Amino acid sequence: MSEDGREELVGTDDDSENMAVDGSLNNTMVEEGCTLLGRMEICVAEAEKRSGKNAVNMQETFTVYLIETRPMDAVADGRNPAPDSLWRRYSEFELLRNYLIVTYPYIVVPPLPEKRAEFVWHKLSADNMDPDFVERRRVGLENFLLRVASHPVLSNDKILYHFLTEEQGWKEVVYETGFQAKADSWLRALSATFRVRNPDKRFMEMKQYSDELQSHASQLLRARAKVADRLYGVYKVHGNYGRVFSEWSAIEREMGDGLQSAGHHMDAYAASIDDILEEEEHYADQLKEYLFYAEALRAVCRKHELTQFELEMASQDLISKKQQREELATGIVRTFSFKGMTNKLFGQEAPEQREARLKLLEELIVEGEEAVKEKTVECEEHVERAWVDMQRFKEQKDKDLREALINFAVMQISMCKKGIQVWSNAKECFLKM
Amino acid sequence: MSEHTVPADLSGHMLDLDEDEDLEVFSKSTSLADGSSMPNSPSSMVNQYRLEEDDEEQQNGNTKDIFITVDNPESHVTAIETFIMYRVLTKTTRSEFDSCEYEVHRRYQDFLWLRSKLEENYPTLIIHPLPEKFVMKGMVERFSNDFIETRRKALHRFLNKISEHPILSYNQHFKVFLTAQELAPHRKQSAGFLSRMGETVRAVANSVRGLSSRPEEFTLMQEYLENFSNKICSVNKVTQRVIKEQREYLDELKQYSPTYVQWAGLEGELAEPLKDVASCVERCSKETEEQIQHLSQVLLPILHEYVLCGETLKAVMRRRDNIQAEFEAKNETLASKKADKEAMQVEVDGLADRVEMANNALKGDWSHWQNSMRTDLKSAFISTAEKNVEYYEKCLAVWELFLLSQRVEPRKELDEEDVS
Repeated sequence: MSEDGREELVGTDDDSENMAVDGSLNNTMVEEGCTLLGRMEICVAEAEKRSGKNAVNMQETFTVYLIETRPMDAVADGRNPAPDSLWRRYSEFELLRNYLIVTYPYIVVPPLPEKRAEFVWHKLSADNMDPDFVERRRVGLENFLLRVASHPVLSNDKILYHFLTEEQGWKEVVYETGFQAKADSWLRALSATFRVRNPDKRFMEMKQYSDELQSHASQLLRARAKVADRLYGVYKVHGNYGRVFSEWSAIEREMGDGLQSAGHHMDAYAASIDDILEEEEHYADQLKEYLFYAEALRAVCRKHELTQFELEMASQDLISKKQQREELATGIVRTFSFKGMTNKLFGQEAPEQREARLKLLEELIVEGEEAVKEKTVECEEHVERAWVDMQRFKEQKDKDLREALINFAVMQISMCKKGIQVWSNAKECFLKM
Repeated sequence: MSEHTVPADLSGHMLDLDEDEDLEVFSKSTSLADGSSMPNSPSSMVNQYRLEEDDEEQQNGNTKDIFITVDNPESHVTAIETFIMYRVLTKTTRSEFDSCEYEVHRRYQDFLWLRSKLEENYPTLIIHPLPEKFVMKGMVERFSNDFIETRRKALHRFLNKISEHPILSYNQHFKVFLTAQELAPHRKQSAGFLSRMGETVRAVANSVRGLSSRPEEFTLMQEYLENFSNKICSVNKVTQRVIKEQREYLDELKQYSPTYVQWAGLEGELAEPLKDVASCVERCSKETEEQIQHLSQVLLPILHEYVLCGETLKAVMRRRDNIQAEFEAKNETLASKKADKEAMQVEVDGLADRVEMANNALKGDWSHWQNSMRTDLKSAFISTAEKNVEYYEKCLAVWELFLLSQRVEPRKELDEEDVS
């Protein structure tokens, strides 16, 4: 199963079944066992702090993550081999992702967890070294790897495999693919503005959707963070009851015990919010993943615009060259050209010169036709593959986000149950006053 | 306002808690510490508490013969001023009263008059405080509905506290307050202002002189009071803070649910669950609003009253000290006097009696007040805890319903096994 001959196969027996007639991968028929994740268990097990010298020879502290892999058949057999493992830092994950984006521009590439903590509800967790943040990032990185390794197209990538299995020298291998040059031109293209005449309507709609998704998801996350902040305040203020009741109970005879124990429950209530909100961060992370996915989706649409634009340019160019040829051949000037003007002013050129120019034009036209053919294929392939992946993405998104909303409800229910518990207990204490 | 029908059969009914009709006691099957199950209505519930109190209170409760309500605040406009008149309804079987039912109208000033007369007559009894004249701090305007309602409840509690009091309840001025159609003629008769002036002057003189020795029990009382005042003020502040934080939380919650709706507008399959979550958040907002209301209307006023009680009690202690100081001063003068001792002795003896009476009155009232305080605060705290339980139970139901609606349609999830 090789895609345009760009990646090598990692090694599976079922390839032939999934080969379409023209040799390209038949995405829709990929079974779970065919993706990398089907053959290999992957997890990001730990995070550790390291110190080292950076590119400008300054001391820095960074976090590395332990990636563990085990062959799936060994696990299935009941053997429990020790996993292979290696350490990677966040920047290496970034490198991998950039490589994938450039190499598979028609795929909505799964996003990485955020680089810096955003939409924070409490100033503390804005720190990248905060253990809770590191833990959530570990989970996010694992999620990224699982998504990539189970993707029908991405999972076959050789660079991905190396990332998971060879700690040393991986960076050099990536750079050797020459993706960096492509990345630079891709970045330039992404930020450029160009007018496409006939973009695929579906892609334009998808681009619109991705923009709106980004906007609305951001708003939701911002509002959620504010709510979390306020809820934190409410719970923590109740801790003051604990303190005051305790002090008050010391001067009371009959009311003392009731007040004292009620105070303890108020303390418990105030303390409970930390866990509650920490859990809710996971919900926020699930939403954030799709906020970042929106960007990846947008990039695919932009790539379509770019290929379509290049095709239109190439077609345009071919048409104008053909016109030039016609003019040269028939002598009839339809369009204004500098050559035409100079011809008029200084007289026609010699027949040999004309012949030479015609010949050149013919060559250019042949080249142009090739270019148009290539671009057409590129454009069509991109549209076809991208559309498939966008459909896959849409279904995945609907499923994942629905689950996220359900998770959110489950968390709310848990919080309510805790609240009922605490206040029922407090009431019992008050009854003893 | 409230349709207060005082029932003909008075047995088993608790006084006070005007808040009954405002309280929605969430009756689940919880049980008391002794294992008996929780009764359902507020009044019967409070009766349950009454069984735990000492006999004295129980007797009072079972033989209550006077019922007072304060309601119907109405605005009165004259050339000079605008003020609120409250209706005071009394139903009683007491023989001292000519009729068994009275309806009069009183304004806040009238309540002030009554209280000052009572203080005058019983300087060392603990008389329940009145709501303050004007609330500067809060966002309450003088004639806003919230302010009037809060004041009305406090005035109602005030009169009921007086009627519960074994001594104050039989005071002549109290009777006049409840029964006279026009209070003005009675008010003019009192020389309250002058006597209060005299008292203040004496108090200043005595405090300069100092007290030779305060009986220990009163010293202990004073110490307790300092601490109690302190603590009840703190609880009051904490409660105010809780309300403030809750309000800010509510504000953000109100901004939160629309973001789900906006997103839903974008989506296909996802639109419904997103909108459902939005409506869940909205319903929880409404519950939060109610919870804040409850805190403001039930817990906070009671706490505030006991903050004022702290001040009242301090004044009572001061007056008691003054009475003792006055006696001691005269006593000393007597000791150093050469002639005309007999007349002075009578005076000194009179003052000695006064001291003893004052001390006894305070001692007696002290335990009465402590019980009352305990009952009031206990009931307010319980009510708050119950409201909070109810709040969480309602929110729980909202989210469980959402989950149910989602699980009913597993649909596509069964067809898609994996992420890719």
